[in-house]
Amino acid sequence: MATLIQATEVSKVYHKTTVPVNALNGVTLRIEEGEFTAIVGPSGCGKTTLLNILGGLDHPTQGKVEIDGTDITTMKDSDLIDFRLHTIGFVFQAYNLIPVLTAKENIEFIMLLQKKSKKEREIRAIELLTRMGMVDKANQRPGELSGGQQQRVAVARALASNPRFILADEPTANLDSTSASNLLDLMAEINREQKATFVFSTHDQRVMDKARRLVTLRDGAIISDITR
Amino acid sequence: MYFLLAWRNIWRNKRRSLITILSITFAVLLACVMRSMQLGSYARMIDNSVRFYTGYIQIHKQGYWNDKVIDNSFEYDALLQKKVSHLQGLKLDVPRLESFALASFQSQTKGTLVMGVDPDKENELTRVKEKIVQGTFIKSDDDGILLAQGLAEYLNAQVGDTLTLISQGYHGANAAGLFPVRGIARFPLPFQNNQLIYMALPKAQWFYAAPGLVTSVSLLINKPDNTDRVVAQLKSEIDAKVYEVMGWKELVPDLLQSIELDNISGKVMLWVLYLVIGFGMFGTYLMMTAERKYEFGVMMAVGMQRLRLQAVIFLEISMMTTVGVLTGIILSLPILTYFHFHPIHYGKEAAKAIESFGVEAVYPFSLDPVIFTNQAYAIFIMAIVLSAYPLWTIYKMNPVESMRS
Ligand SMILES: Nc1ncnc2c1ncn2[C@@H]1O[C@H](COP(=O)(O)OP(=O)(O)OP(=O)(O)O)[C@@H](O)[C@H]1O
Ligand SMILES: [Mg+2]
Repeated sequence: MATLIQATEVSKVYHKTTVPVNALNGVTLRIEEGEFTAIVGPSGCGKTTLLNILGGLDHPTQGKVEIDGTDITTMKDSDLIDFRLHTIGFVFQAYNLIPVLTAKENIEFIMLLQKKSKKEREIRAIELLTRMGMVDKANQRPGELSGGQQQRVAVARALASNPRFILADEPTANLDSTSASNLLDLMAEINREQKATFVFSTHDQRVMDKARRLVTLRDGAIISDITR
Repeated sequence: MYFLLAWRNIWRNKRRSLITILSITFAVLLACVMRSMQLGSYARMIDNSVRFYTGYIQIHKQGYWNDKVIDNSFEYDALLQKKVSHLQGLKLDVPRLESFALASFQSQTKGTLVMGVDPDKENELTRVKEKIVQGTFIKSDDDGILLAQGLAEYLNAQVGDTLTLISQGYHGANAAGLFPVRGIARFPLPFQNNQLIYMALPKAQWFYAAPGLVTSVSLLINKPDNTDRVVAQLKSEIDAKVYEVMGWKELVPDLLQSIELDNISGKVMLWVLYLVIGFGMFGTYLMMTAERKYEFGVMMAVGMQRLRLQAVIFLEISMMTTVGVLTGIILSLPILTYFHFHPIHYGKEAAKAIESFGVEAVYPFSLDPVIFTNQAYAIFIMAIVLSAYPLWTIYKMNPVESMRS
């Protein structure tokens, strides 16, 4: 399998408070195509910071991140935005969706940014909604959907741009356990069927159990990396 | 879809957007009514004294304006007539021979203002015929006169009576004559109504022993705004030592001054109004930016360029502004139109005061398009300037930080 993400000696120091916070301490991590990987660890260990840096949302204080061999740590802002649009799918903990757009429009929106044709957008949006079991909710706005349904639409949106991989920061944190495990099962299925690469963070033991690779962080450093 | 997004965003906080839109509507409405009233009254004032009396431009013999005597009259000769007729946008030239005379009928005597005129041209400029309350207007070869109503009442004269006029003619000649009254007309302005006598120009020239002479030629032009240009053109073509040419702003300087003063106070009020509305608009922009920080963060995180996000926000602001401005204009139109055709009349007391300034006591509203476009510009410029805040916020935004909050 080809290397998709290569993070080398990544450190992040926050200077917001009087005492600098070392959120990440020299993390080196390689993610290959088709992985289904969970980043786990106690609160404050640096999971969000790591995912943000891998996704080009934040710059590391030291070290570099290459995606498909491209160093994203030196990219300029607007190039990075376009890079994210075409290469990475994002799922956040909550409020992923644009509240004034329907489920279908939210999925189309990302393709609109990619300048896909109306026809193509519609076909793909319906296809993804069907895949996520949400086609009957296509014309509902996020406010009318449950948390689990919203996250499924968010995953559909992340997939819509045909990204190289999907980053999901605690996608199940706001869900009850049934919805959480349903969402994870769906993600796992898509990972298997379409070879879509997923990297997600979680607290939840049952979610961790579904991951094939488990990277554990503590105090900004990797303390274990197990592939099952 | 960006349009749809912007449109729906406006309505996600219905109350706030409505208040913003309505405040713009209200400001535009108020401003339009205020300006329409002001500009309408200015136009009426100018019309009263210019359109119905002095004309927009006057030609005199050099020195006449400072010393309005019959000796300062001149010949409106063929050469001058030709130059005048070639002026750009000229509608009408109205020659007049004006002077004073003592009028008596039976036991009454009164000082009057005699205007020797070309009846057709005079009527075209001042519409005297519409003011006639008794009898007829004079003809161009008429021996008779038209009396102002106030004067007729004072003298106790009727149509058909004959007045005696006595005055001093050109170069000290004696002037005296008998003039049958052909008609009586009511003038809105007291100073005219109490002393005006119209006479055919040849008869007046005979009376004042000033054959072929006039004291002024009033010009009516198509576009009053072109007055200065036409004056300049005329000045360049005729001998400034012989003739003086004056635009209406020089002819009625007091009027102009009071208009300008009033105009300034009107503008100050407008600015205050806009300032208040501006604060309201800014508050809305401030809140709509603050409460959507997280959402903006997500949009940028998933790949929306700052510029595009800014465009959507600007679209929202523009749409709100446009709706507000258009509604304001649409609401003001019937009001302005109504009062344009049904001018407000002043109460008796106020009317007297105003008429003493030589102005009719009615308040017609103006429908000048400038009234509407100016309010639209003002609001749009304000919206653009104030939208700098949300646009700047997006420009400076860091998606990770805005999503942490
Ligand atoms: N923008 C920031 N400014 C200052 N400190 C920060 C910032 N972001 C994160 N931190 C700090 O860096 C450390 C790592 O934070 P991070 O959010 O990556 O942890 P996490 O593992 O995602 O935690 P959680 O499980 O609670 O989401 C924490 O100590 C946190 O307080
Ligand atoms: Mg986190």
